[in-house]
Amino acid sequence: MSTIPASPASQSDAASARRRSVILVSGCTVLNAIAQILFKMGAHNLVLTPMGLLTNVPLIAGCAFYGLFTIAMVIALREAELSVMYPIIALSYVWVTLLTYWLLKETPNLYKNLGIVTIVIGVAVLGRGGKK
Amino acid sequence: MSALLIRSIVLVFLAGILGSFGAVFLKLGALRLNHSVLSFVNSRLIVGVALYLGSTVIYLSGLKGGPLSVLYPMVSLGYIWTLLWSKLFFKEAMTPYKFAGMALIVVGVFLVGLGSAQ
Repeated sequence: MSTIPASPASQSDAASARRRSVILVSGCTVLNAIAQILFKMGAHNLVLTPMGLLTNVPLIAGCAFYGLFTIAMVIALREAELSVMYPIIALSYVWVTLLTYWLLKETPNLYKNLGIVTIVIGVAVLGRGGKK
Repeated sequence: MSALLIRSIVLVFLAGILGSFGAVFLKLGALRLNHSVLSFVNSRLIVGVALYLGSTVIYLSGLKGGPLSVLYPMVSLGYIWTLLWSKLFFKEAMTPYKFAGMALIVVGVFLVGLGSAQ
């Protein structure tokens, strides 16, 4: 928090900047989740030769999404306060889990779901640790 | 738990540790950057990138043999290694929040592991 009293205008500017960062970072987590699903699909036919890697379409697509995620994340985090963004970044774990149930037909259960919620809370708490 | 799943879990675990050392070397390399583009060609950055690549290959090999809903949450263990190395190598402060977050992540990964055994 700034010690300088903010004018109403700059306060709403800060609020809208924060909202923009939250939306951008949330969008990034979706890109990351798509990349992870593609990596899993690519890993299924993983052949560790140059030709094997270059002809692995899901793997290449996963790398493309991951690259896009990284670039978008750098832009999104430029004006964001990282401690606020940690819980949002951790949403990746939620999206990946939901997509594995939906697209990869992996079996949902209570322990997995509880585990994901605990991890997201853990990342959020850890993110607060950067502040004194 | 099948032998294949255990192998996958071990591989993803090792990939996480290797990747966290990648971050340490990138940080060491970043500390040596100056205004010259040539400063990007330094051994620490190269080792960092190599560790990340190695980590990715091991991660993908691990992904092959197990459900993503079990293996991906293990990526969050990377936060723990990174915090440990930050404290050990860069003397960054350990706060109660960081401790609590680490503990919650371990519990969460353990719960997901229990879920895979169901």
